[in-house]
Amino acid sequence: MSIFLDETSIIIVQGLTGSEGTKHAGRMLASGSKIVGGVNPRKAGTTVEIDGHSLPIFGSVAEAMISTGANVSVIFVPPALAKGAVLEAIDAEIALAIVITEGIPIHDSAEFWAHAKSKGNTTRLIGPNCPGVISPGKSNAGIIPSTITEAGPIGLVSKSGTLTYQMMFELRDLGFSTAIGIGGDPIIGTTHIDALAAFEADPQTRAIVMIGEIGGDAEERAAEYIQAHVTKPVVAYVAGFTAPEGKTMGHAGAIVSDGAGTAQGKKEALEAAGVRVGKTPSETAAIMREVFAAL
Amino acid sequence: MDLFEYQARDMFEAYGVPVLAGIVADSPAEVHAAAENLGGTVVVKAQVKIGGRGKAGGAKVAHNAADAEEVSKAIFGLDIKGHVVKRVMVAAGAKIAQEFYFSVLLDRANRSFLSLASFEGGVEIEILAVERPEALARIEVNPAEGVDLAKATEIAMAASFPAELIEKIAPVIVKLYSVFTGEDATLVEVNPLVLTEDGEIVALDGKVTLDENAGFRHPEHEALVDTDAEDPLEAKAKKANLNYVKLDGEVGIIGNGAGLVMSTLDVVSYAGERHGGVRPANFLDIGGGASAEVMAAGLDVILGDPQVKSVFVNVFGGITACDAVANGIVGALAVLGDAATKPLVVRLDGNNVVEGRQILKDAAHPLVTVVDTMDEAADKAAEFANA
Repeated sequence: MSIFLDETSIIIVQGLTGSEGTKHAGRMLASGSKIVGGVNPRKAGTTVEIDGHSLPIFGSVAEAMISTGANVSVIFVPPALAKGAVLEAIDAEIALAIVITEGIPIHDSAEFWAHAKSKGNTTRLIGPNCPGVISPGKSNAGIIPSTITEAGPIGLVSKSGTLTYQMMFELRDLGFSTAIGIGGDPIIGTTHIDALAAFEADPQTRAIVMIGEIGGDAEERAAEYIQAHVTKPVVAYVAGFTAPEGKTMGHAGAIVSDGAGTAQGKKEALEAAGVRVGKTPSETAAIMREVFAAL
Repeated sequence: MDLFEYQARDMFEAYGVPVLAGIVADSPAEVHAAAENLGGTVVVKAQVKIGGRGKAGGAKVAHNAADAEEVSKAIFGLDIKGHVVKRVMVAAGAKIAQEFYFSVLLDRANRSFLSLASFEGGVEIEILAVERPEALARIEVNPAEGVDLAKATEIAMAASFPAELIEKIAPVIVKLYSVFTGEDATLVEVNPLVLTEDGEIVALDGKVTLDENAGFRHPEHEALVDTDAEDPLEAKAKKANLNYVKLDGEVGIIGNGAGLVMSTLDVVSYAGERHGGVRPANFLDIGGGASAEVMAAGLDVILGDPQVKSVFVNVFGGITACDAVANGIVGALAVLGDAATKPLVVRLDGNNVVEGRQILKDAAHPLVTVVDTMDEAADKAAEFANA
């Protein structure tokens, strides 16, 4: 098993005809994902050739779903057009929409999240500003490299892309059920808590690594959730102890403001919930090894 | 990006929010002219992006132009919690009958918008929220629905405004919400929102924070940037399209991905504890590309920081292959030539790592040390910075 994404995932790419979309569709195909087409209203009816695969371009997400049975959309549409693309995916009621695009205005994200919610969250949104999801050996939707490691018992949820890769690399001998990058924006669709709940319910996952960073209170709320609902061991890492107040550290959501959202506060909340927190990525991996060996 | 009060005032005015006349001044002489222009009683208000201005002596009433010029002399140069006053706004005086509070902001925890309103204004809202939370109405605003007159009325009612005031205040709330959406703000705050003795509602002081991600649809926001307050290295990095934050330390940092770079800062600062307390000098995320051009531009900014004594390049090759990064480093050092003077510790891992390390080994640049792990590399960079 895995979460959110598996061998039955049939993927379309919104923004397939753009350079990022084409590049990453090729990478996803190379890793064995079932990519069945793209969406671009201005190029509907054409096809795109990627590494020997001929991918049809549809005029809308709904059409693509009818023609291909797609249940996942990976969105590479640029910030100015991203809101429309996400709203379209939600209206088509695709099961999973993964928004890779970085730099989407917060009002746009707030609006498409509110829309998804008003439709009863028929569509699970992941991101924006995220690397996507990989269930090694089954499917890969987004930009996470598929060559770092293979399927295994660890679940990983992270705000950061490169820290996801780093942690998968550190624990490459154990392998992962699913690794999910939820994104570094202030408003994101799927949260740490959603991923923790799914990993808790997933029989393949035996232990969970959670990676957080400064800004907001998602880690604090995840800590409360873990204490109340998660029985599998969770090991955490938080980045940004040295971040100064009032400065955005790369991710739009990574900011300590008025003393709130500090790495120290998050670490303390997690530890109070019984979660062991590593000081560095390597220490976090070492703790996970120790925890896993004791299972 | 936080705006100055005068910028918020101008923005409010453009959306039809009632504000008082106000003129910006950069010297006591300009204050004199502004006060004369406005006539009557004025308030000279320090323009700083921090609260607590009144208590710090940064806002003073003056009854004529000469008086205004005089009080402004004590305000210019005033240090308000580290913010030195360089500019003031001379605002027309108002006869205040009552003070209120209103704001609308991004609510991260609920992935929504939130409006806060209180019939009791003129106090620090943080204090009110803690001491008398029942006096501060918190009403969620659905981002897909927004604030119309009915919603504004709901907000004002929740804040216990009397019926005759709700009629006056609700349209102002609608306009303030249109500032929030129209300008892509994450915060629009009015404290105080006042009722004058003439029965008018006026936004007396405003605070606006803008979403930088929305800059592409607001080219006019560029002009609101306070370039005086920008760190020169941050300004240089911004011109080169680099994601850079200046910090107070000795170890320059270059990495790929915001999370990994934040983590690198932490690991370097732990390593610094073993090496004379050296600390990271900056945050710099070069993103996925890591071409020779981007690497050279990044190194150029970092080496321009006189505090920097060593540089740590920490890259995990995910999408980017390590050989491309290694070529980027070698190319950047060639571009910089004699301008590259500080030791460079490089840690590469991930995609094509063997090839990447080999490229650096073959180049054998005297400044470059290749270390296998992030922890050991951080330690080496800290050691060099402390040498």
